[in-house]
Amino acid sequence: MTAPAAAYGKALDLITRVRSVRGAMLVSAEDGIVVAEQLMEGIKGPAVSALAASLAARLRRAMEAAGVGASLFWHLQAEQGALLVVPTSGGTLVVAVASRTSMWDWCASSCCGRRR
Amino acid sequence: MTTRAVETWTLEPLVKFVKEAGARLVLVMTSAGQVLAQHGFSRAVDVMSAAALGAAIMASTDEMARQLRQPPFAALNHQGERHGIFLAGLATGRGRLVALVVYDLDVSSLGLVQLFFEQLATDLQAASPKESVPKQVLAADFERQLSDSLNTLFGR
Repeated sequence: MTAPAAAYGKALDLITRVRSVRGAMLVSAEDGIVVAEQLMEGIKGPAVSALAASLAARLRRAMEAAGVGASLFWHLQAEQGALLVVPTSGGTLVVAVASRTSMWDWCASSCCGRRR
Repeated sequence: MTTRAVETWTLEPLVKFVKEAGARLVLVMTSAGQVLAQHGFSRAVDVMSAAALGAAIMASTDEMARQLRQPPFAALNHQGERHGIFLAGLATGRGRLVALVVYDLDVSSLGLVQLFFEQLATDLQAASPKESVPKQVLAADFERQLSDSLNTLFGR
């Protein structure tokens, strides 16, 4: 493994170790191509990366139009899980795919002060 | 911008691809550069030029792959300041076709074009005539067939 690839792997490891995170990717925001990924089976990495990058570009324009500055973090909640995206200053997106369980656990522990 | 097809089975997959990928210009053609469908072009001469150049690029890179003893390249992407050009081959019952896609970098991206190109290839394969009868184009008929195709592609 080359040095950059190893570094990306370590960064993704930090995310995928979180309970119920089903996968993480680094995506090139400009062209929607996967830079690095650690995904469980069943997650279509190229599709998620292309569509997340497209959405990021549109959101960036919306944020600029609204005058609220650059987006820092988005959380798209779905019926069976969530997509978490962090745009970086280096032109990449950090994308995490989480199952419903981890999100509800996090919300319960952080909002209500309880641990499961 | 309109989408037109010489061979009507290409139309629906192409319309769907253009909408989903956000492509600006698209040509679907044979490996020889014969255009089956187009989207976004306003002049016949542009279609002819793009088809000829696209087919030539594919032929050159196929030969390069052959020299390297590799299978043909799946796709080629050229990225400019404002636009990208994506070229890829796909198999259908009509034979091997080539798609040339021009996309605005502000509107679409390589990832999106690649993603929806896979669906386009599947849809064209499904819609294509199952038993292809290759038409032999005789030199005497070439000009008339080209003129007929261009008239169809521009709704004349």
